[in-house]
Amino acid sequence: MNINNFQNIINSLIPGLPTWLVFITSAILISFIVINAVVITGALTVWLERRLLARIQSRLGPNRWGPFGLFTPVADLIKMIGKEDTVPATADKKIFNLAPIVLLVPVLLVFAVIPMSNNSFLGQLNIGILFIVGVTGFNTLAVFMAAWSSRNKYALFGAMRGVAMLLSYEVPMALSIISIVLTTNFLLNIDGSNLSALSLVGIVQAQKIPFFILQPLGALIFVTAASAEMSRAPFDMIESESELGAGYHTEYSGIKFAIFQLTEFLAPVATAAIISVMFAGGIKGLSFIPGSVILVVKIFVIVLIFIWIRATWPRLRVDQIMNFAWKFLLPLSVINIFSQAIILQIFYSSDSIITINELWTIAFINWILAGISIFLLAKLFGHKGRDKNIPIPSKLANMEFTSE
Amino acid sequence: MTKILSTEYLTTILPDDLKKSVIDIADDCLYIPPQDVLKFAKFLRNDSRLQLESIISLTGVDYIEYFEIVYHIRSMIRNSSMIFATRIFDRSSPKLSSVVSVWRGAELQEREVFDLMGIEFENHPQMSRILLWEGFNGHPLRKDFEYIDLTD
Amino acid sequence: MAFKTEPVTINLGPQHPSTHGVFRLKVTFDGEQIVDAEPVIGYMHRGTEKLAEERSYVQIVTLTDRLDWVSSMTNNLAYVRTVEKLANIDVPIRARYLRVLCSELQRIASHLIATGFLMQELGTFGGTPLMYCFREREKILDMFEMLCGARITLSYMRPGGLVQDAPPEFWERLKIFQKEMPGYVDELESLISDNEVVLARTKNVGILSDRVAVDSSVTGPMLRASGVRWDLRKADPYEVYNSLHFEIPIGSVGDTFDRYFVRINEIRESIKIINQVVEQIPTGPIRTEIPYFFKPPIGNAYTSVEAPKGELGFYLVSDGGISPYRCHIRSPSFINLTVLKDLLVGSTMADLIVVFGSIDIVMGEVDR
Repeated sequence: MNINNFQNIINSLIPGLPTWLVFITSAILISFIVINAVVITGALTVWLERRLLARIQSRLGPNRWGPFGLFTPVADLIKMIGKEDTVPATADKKIFNLAPIVLLVPVLLVFAVIPMSNNSFLGQLNIGILFIVGVTGFNTLAVFMAAWSSRNKYALFGAMRGVAMLLSYEVPMALSIISIVLTTNFLLNIDGSNLSALSLVGIVQAQKIPFFILQPLGALIFVTAASAEMSRAPFDMIESESELGAGYHTEYSGIKFAIFQLTEFLAPVATAAIISVMFAGGIKGLSFIPGSVILVVKIFVIVLIFIWIRATWPRLRVDQIMNFAWKFLLPLSVINIFSQAIILQIFYSSDSIITINELWTIAFINWILAGISIFLLAKLFGHKGRDKNIPIPSKLANMEFTSE
Repeated sequence: MTKILSTEYLTTILPDDLKKSVIDIADDCLYIPPQDVLKFAKFLRNDSRLQLESIISLTGVDYIEYFEIVYHIRSMIRNSSMIFATRIFDRSSPKLSSVVSVWRGAELQEREVFDLMGIEFENHPQMSRILLWEGFNGHPLRKDFEYIDLTD
Repeated sequence: MAFKTEPVTINLGPQHPSTHGVFRLKVTFDGEQIVDAEPVIGYMHRGTEKLAEERSYVQIVTLTDRLDWVSSMTNNLAYVRTVEKLANIDVPIRARYLRVLCSELQRIASHLIATGFLMQELGTFGGTPLMYCFREREKILDMFEMLCGARITLSYMRPGGLVQDAPPEFWERLKIFQKEMPGYVDELESLISDNEVVLARTKNVGILSDRVAVDSSVTGPMLRASGVRWDLRKADPYEVYNSLHFEIPIGSVGDTFDRYFVRINEIRESIKIINQVVEQIPTGPIRTEIPYFFKPPIGNAYTSVEAPKGELGFYLVSDGGISPYRCHIRSPSFINLTVLKDLLVGSTMADLIVVFGSIDIVMGEVDR
């Protein structure tokens, strides 16, 4: 199901329409369907996250509205719409009102290029990866717009941290994508496919074995950087509710706050979709199950992992987060790019082909390489002096003192 | 057991000028004049036979004729403790020298006594109200404090 | 070209998610660095000391519940011990054992809260360790409910003994608790102590040296985390502590991690004490009968106990009437705040909340 099918349907229903009108009509129709599906998914993720967090913490979670509390997000939404929409008197109102939209739209746009079948909803995009990197970069802007315009010190603190963090983590994320594109290019050339190595469909095509097995280092960097990009635990610096109240959206209420919440819960879904397409083989899997079902299952599993991490990991400090990005992830991703290029070239130049068996060999080498490089970098930049000190009683107290 | 230093023992080791200034000796408490508090505190802390290094509790009691400031001091090294007290008869503007320079633990407690009892500690780093707000009228723990209606 | 920057002053509180009540902190930041911090307290001042001057000695027990509301038992104990010293009241031996049992249970509950909220402030978002801590605390509260019908504001102790003896169901529940609790402590510790992020956030953060701690009259786990081996239960044994065997855990450097670690180890020691109490407790009366409105002789008394947060002392002055002439409360949370500025200046905003959480204060006790 994609935009071409829709164009065909509209043409057959109402023949004689101009091509541009058909295109626009079908695009609007399909956007309507996709956005609604995505928003409902977001609502379900809210429910899933709350239920699962509750299970992990040995409590019940929302269980009043509908079966298993499934309608809780609906009740939440009704409540939030009913709330007064306050705007601080000193706020920059235009930017203040624009920020939630700027935050939400990129997340929705990501779903336009996710290939749910052999093609994405809005057709084949040759530069799908670049589109995603560009579009997700918007959230930095949105966070800063929200914080700056609301004129609140807490929000500004959150945004200052957030902008620094989001910008830093875009670098290793983009670098880890480069190695994926590199591998895709090799594999597609061997197949003689005419797909672009930058398109998500091409990346799915190239995954004879899932890229997270072939490139563990790249997958690790991407997942880490992506969870920082959507500022979830342990990187939830922007909000850090125990320090900053609510961070950048401190001043928001009502429907605008609902949009922030929705984005916050949609971000893991969008990220999981990107990860499952880029690293877990997308629609590929068991041949007797439709590809879209497989993709949804993969997204679901990755979202579960994100929730699990959130339930158990404390937050890092902002300087530790920056250190992690620049001292650890950046060298790792550079190592990853060069090692992939060299290994693939070695295997390719021997007989101008990379077979499945050779791919498994490469995967094996990569796992070892990943282990070694992570170990060495951790030795180099990891915290020192973390050993357990043996407590020595201070001389300033002596409970057993007996006077003469 | 923490040994409570007896007043007899204390009076034997006090230097002469301090011994002379002791006003009154109760069974476990030495009474000293307000102007000697700081000198006395310095001696208690620095004397190698006492080493009373931390102040457990500092509080004031309003006996209407006079204010009594009670110091509970402890030595963790020698596991001993003692009590001394001082009396201030000036009711309009009671003043006492602060012991924060000797025992830092008295910092918040002296502020509390100032706030609730109205005794000003001189040379305290920050002598201001702590529990009640600036501009509160009166000092509630004084016995002549009159309840005021705060509702309006 | 150097940028010109200026410090930002932020009011943390009085309504802030992590300040354990209505606590306000005026903090001046230079970027993320703290250059100045000034605690502003008193938002919860209820005048407990003044109220105590107008109530009878037994009625004041209920006021002490509301000081540190996560450890009412030790508050009760500190107060009734002072009254007993003031009026020379004797306490039956069974009551003494039960008092020790209750205060150790209360210590476990309070330390669980301290640990849980410290982890919450580290940012485990859903608060998984907090929920684990609350799950165990709930069992202790259930046992307290069996003892006196209340869960938080217990008022279980009276001058001269206790309100009533423990019912048989209490001992059954306690037996289960004794069996299960060590496992739960291990579980909690395995979740926290080896977590790399927890270590990165708490090790060498907010270091308090033993010299500063002793000078500033810091008491409780905070003092012991700085390596000072000082615990009133051993230094000045009250009730029946001198017939019980337990260790005093201490920390090595006095950082946030040590403060957490001392608390976890104290929970273990408390379980040991509870086991010994259950073995040793004799049968007998639990209260010395005294009149409801009794009049202690003229005089004053100060006693203190090792409350979960430090040394909790009461100073009572009697004028021979039915209510004390003066009641002073030496509250550990309040005096431990003396070192707050030392701990905070130079650290960052994220550390502020963690260090503050590791001090473990309760506003009811700070403001009284």
